[in-house]
Amino acid sequence: MPLITYIDHKGNAFEADVPVGDSVMQGAVDNMIDGIIGQCGGACACATCHCIVEDAWFEKTGPASDEEKLMLEMSSEMQDNSRLSCQIEVTDDLDGLVVHMPQSQY
Amino acid sequence: MNSDSIAVIIGGSHAASQLIASLRQEGWIGRILVISDEKQLPYHRPPLSKTYLSGEKTPENLLIRKPAVYEKLNVKWLLETHVESIDRATKSVVLGNGERLKYDKLALCTGARVKKLAIAGSNLSGIHYLRNLSDAEAIKKDIKHGGRAVIIGGGYIGLETAALLRKMGMAVDVLVHSSRVLRRVTAGPVSDFFTRLHSQEGIQIHTREKPDSFEGDKQVESVICASGKRFLADLVIIGIGVTPNTELAEACGLPVDDGIIVDEFCASEEDRDIVAVGDCAKHPSSIYNRFLRLESVPNASEQAMSAAATMCGKIKPYAVVPWFWSDQYDIKLQMAGLNDDYDQMVIRGDIDNSRSFVAWYFLNGKLVAADCVNRPQEFRLAQQMLKNGINPSPEELADDNLGVKQLLELIE
Ligand SMILES: Cc1cc2nc3c(=O)[nH]c(=O)nc-3n(C[C@H](O)[C@H](O)[C@H](O)COP(=O)(O)OP(=O)(O)OC[C@H]3O[C@@H](n4cnc5c(N)ncnc54)[C@H](O)[C@@H]3O)c2cc1C
Ligand code: FES
Repeated sequence: MPLITYIDHKGNAFEADVPVGDSVMQGAVDNMIDGIIGQCGGACACATCHCIVEDAWFEKTGPASDEEKLMLEMSSEMQDNSRLSCQIEVTDDLDGLVVHMPQSQY
Repeated sequence: MNSDSIAVIIGGSHAASQLIASLRQEGWIGRILVISDEKQLPYHRPPLSKTYLSGEKTPENLLIRKPAVYEKLNVKWLLETHVESIDRATKSVVLGNGERLKYDKLALCTGARVKKLAIAGSNLSGIHYLRNLSDAEAIKKDIKHGGRAVIIGGGYIGLETAALLRKMGMAVDVLVHSSRVLRRVTAGPVSDFFTRLHSQEGIQIHTREKPDSFEGDKQVESVICASGKRFLADLVIIGIGVTPNTELAEACGLPVDDGIIVDEFCASEEDRDIVAVGDCAKHPSSIYNRFLRLESVPNASEQAMSAAATMCGKIKPYAVVPWFWSDQYDIKLQMAGLNDDYDQMVIRGDIDNSRSFVAWYFLNGKLVAADCVNRPQEFRLAQQMLKNGINPSPEELADDNLGVKQLLELIE
């Protein structure tokens, strides 16, 4: 199962095995990782699952879709590598993925 | 609280799922028992009227958390089990078989149930409601490409379902008792927009139609309205609102008024060992200065966080800006705030000819809500403005030539 590392705003890292086909958001929810809320359950409607993909992985996850971008642009913590984690589907290719979680989601 | 303390949760849906997680996060070291009369562990209800009927998702995809998560959190489940009553004197809940289970802290997460339409013929097959996964499964079996569907009720669930069935190749009529769709939740011009949207997609919306009876042999064949009009139907879905499940609370003497009355910490003032969360609860809103009972996932999950703190002897008041979303065709509607009381509304964007605009609502010059159609940026902006009590003028908000970034500067 792909291993995903979630890093909070203080730099604490949490690792989780997330099944292929789940979203990065679901991985956080199922592992009780604070910092990704996922209020709308992945409907791309709440932006409480904002994450910043570590540079080295951004090519593999790909950039945010237009819809995601519009949701993200209003976040003060938006960066070039920002994604809504509910829109990143976990694949074998993403084994080792590292994402950062913004302070505002605590 | 110690490791022998017992938290009992009645109901196993959105409110319960978050409450369990938050209880552990807040440091509840005692036992957790959840009693739910459904078959499944907590699942997402919103997709039932959005993607689920069209087969895009399986029941497993709908689960809010995986079964293993609850095991890790050491939660005990009594599924398909109904709680009959609460005995506050002995701090126990009573099941259908007479069994009594003790609690130290009790959480009422009983939600709401659909209102039923009691008219002639309502027992015919092919007539459905949509609240639970089992309802959705039953509807799925009756969806036929080329068949006719009649939706009774012009609320979100009715319209979302109508859109789905249309996409799946059914002819759809929507019957609305009042003068317009979404009357309870939005202003006239926004209702008009949705009526136009659905007619552009090939759906007929009929206002001021009151169903009087269903006709058919075993299977429903038509809906007859008080006006005398007859609508042919292979499938009928009724979505005329819900009633909160407050009977347990009322019977044990807790204050109830269209919702179990709680304080800002989700506790009943009558008995602070009992909290109520989600669709069944009525809470005081410091933002709107009145008691509110909301029917939304964000409300259920945020209240659960506050209730969990209360159950652990901590303090975390519930004070958030309500919000809601709905998906129909290529439309994402996101609403922030409450628009049931306003004296001014302005529109940003072209509500008449496009599928992208915002309706801003004001009361006494104060921004109280926004309905955003395919405007996620403005939606997020509205959430921030409402949360921080920021009040740009109606003129500024209505000016679509001012970019969202410029609006953001106004509030910063
Ligand atoms: C089709 C549909 C679409 C929706 N779409 C959206 C949306 O897009 N966005 C949004 O925010 N919200 C949406 N909602 C509303 C949202 O699903 C509810 O607000 C949410 O489910 C409330 O959660 P809850 O836990 O309070 O109650 P519920 O989900 O109603 O759950 C209560 C549970 O308690 C059980 N129960 C009740 N009494 C007892 C008892 N005595 N003993 C044992 N068990 C009991 C019930 O069987 C039920 O399982 C939608 C709802 C539906 C039905
Ligand atoms: S979970 Fe709501 S946008 Fe990702």
